Amino acid sequence: MSGVGDLGVERWTPRAAVFVAAALAVLGGLAFGPALFSAAITERLSALFIYVILAVMWNVLAGYGGLVSVGQQAFFGLGAYVAVRLSAAGISVYPALLLAALVVGGLALPIGEVMLRLSGGEFAIGMWVVAELAHLLVNLDPLVQGETGTSLIALDAFGAAARRADTYWAALAAMAFLLALVFLMLRGRLGTALQAIRDDDVAAASIGVRVLATKRVVFVLAAAGAALAGALWLATAITFQPHAYFSVQWTAYMIFMTLVGGLGTFEGPVLGAVLFFIVETAFGASGVWYLVGLGAAALGFALFAPRGVWGAFAARFSPRLLPLGYHVVLPAGLVPALGKKGEEQA
Amino acid sequence: MIFLNQILQGIFLGAYYALIACSLSFLFGVMRIINLAHGSFIVVAAFLLFVLADRFGLPPWLGLILVVPVMAALGWVLQVLVLERSLKGGLLVPLLSTFGLAIVIDNLLFEGFGADTRSLAPAIGDLAFASWTLSDDVTIGQLDAIILLAAIVVLGGLQLFLAQTRLGRAIRATAEAPDIVGLIGIDARAVYGFATAIAIALAAIAGAFLGLRATFNPYSGGMQLLFAFEAVVIGGFGSLWGTLIGGIVLGVAQTLGAFINPHGFLIAGHGFFLAVLIARLYLPPLAERLRRRGRKAVAA
Repeated sequence: MSGVGDLGVERWTPRAAVFVAAALAVLGGLAFGPALFSAAITERLSALFIYVILAVMWNVLAGYGGLVSVGQQAFFGLGAYVAVRLSAAGISVYPALLLAALVVGGLALPIGEVMLRLSGGEFAIGMWVVAELAHLLVNLDPLVQGETGTSLIALDAFGAAARRADTYWAALAAMAFLLALVFLMLRGRLGTALQAIRDDDVAAASIGVRVLATKRVVFVLAAAGAALAGALWLATAITFQPHAYFSVQWTAYMIFMTLVGGLGTFEGPVLGAVLFFIVETAFGASGVWYLVGLGAAALGFALFAPRGVWGAFAARFSPRLLPLGYHVVLPAGLVPALGKKGEEQA
Repeated sequence: MIFLNQILQGIFLGAYYALIACSLSFLFGVMRIINLAHGSFIVVAAFLLFVLADRFGLPPWLGLILVVPVMAALGWVLQVLVLERSLKGGLLVPLLSTFGLAIVIDNLLFEGFGADTRSLAPAIGDLAFASWTLSDDVTIGQLDAIILLAAIVVLGGLQLFLAQTRLGRAIRATAEAPDIVGLIGIDARAVYGFATAIAIALAAIAGAFLGLRATFNPYSGGMQLLFAFEAVVIGGFGSLWGTLIGGIVLGVAQTLGAFINPHGFLIAGHGFFLAVLIARLYLPPLAERLRRRGRKAVAA
């Protein structure tokens, strides 16, 4: 193997640098949203940011942790509920949203301690049981008044325009923060461990990856992220009716977005959330058939295109838009005999 | 005595849970798949029986003669179109695909039948509420007795089928080593097809009792899946008689929960399920530690 010494390994390709700069510019531009867009568009974009959070967080859990949960609505609902509770206790509204996510993240620690010991399918439905139980217990709180629900009354202190703008910024900031967090996590040691677990957790354990500890981090992060999304959704909707927040439909949305976009990739869930947003905007009014379509799409992608739109695109064109993987740089003139095998997919 | 009656009703409820749980447990035992659309298939069967009774005046007992083969055929289709492909895709795909399927089925049912709550009870006349009175507080519903009997017959029949018949033995062999059974002339794909057909046919029987003893609507499937799953986990995965015991324990926990507090039925069931999970995780290591300490004490 002459010439091996000439091989280099790179992460930042020029294209990745341009793409990351462009993505940051778009995020920066979006910060001026409330000044630029109409009220309706501002509200819809806030929803899109929340969808991105949900998709990215579910992907962290399933795509990297290998943990399919159909009970993430537990954390979505608890996030909203804790925000209502904290706000009722006198904490000002927007800090309460963030604090709610942290509290739910803390609650997820003992829940994960038990649930993470279950195997695949048992974990999936076990989480649904947790969600049902959380819903029932929240209903017992006199403040919530059962299914009647309550409202985030403290938001009334803000004018409609100010509230819309503040919620928009909160959702945008939360999305940007979580995207950055997942991005940095994937680039670091934890990310390498996660990708090893994603590909084969037994093999990962055999080379010294601490599988359970790593899954614990992922579980708590996904729970706190879903809780933040729930709290932000509360800020957009104002009313808190438990069954609307603890509905398994939220998990159906998360699965749809992640599967269609691309499970186990960084870009996929973001793309999936945008696609979901477009589909919802176009067909959401058609009710039941829209839900049938979402289920059928999830079923179809799981069976026939498990890598999703982004996964298929990346496998074909290897766009390397983000500096997440490592790429072998061949010396000039050396033709790779194995085609693209030499690259490690991120 | 009221207390005794609660426990008795819990046992009958548990027999129903064993009926909805046995096919979930069976399919998991054979293919290592948890079918997240399991509850939805139960509800499909209930709606088929409802249509036969409502439109054609066919009582559910006769309706089952038609619906069981139809559901078995649906099971075969499920295996060929969804599960077979899912199995090749790794651990996550069967969960994702059957969850997607459940969403499709539930919403198609909603499209077809609307949000109304239905029941098969009107189709069986007096039997729906007839009961034997044992004492002032203790009564046994005749339908409940039929459900308990049905659960014992179905579980016993399934056990006998797996132990005694050629197909049953092929199913057990395939469950043990799907990649190897081809060597002894068993077609694993066909066995999976039969197993799924049997599981969904059993779901049809469960659907009949869902409709007879309670009410259902297009979105009832999720709850049936959860109850079935809880019964299976409490009783121990893979053991059919364990499923009956698991179902009964779950049913008793729920009725006692309802006895204590009006909201207690579901909370007690889910809470008890989680308590069993926690106990299973932490009690064996604890027992082991105690045993070691005991041994040390003896040695000293």
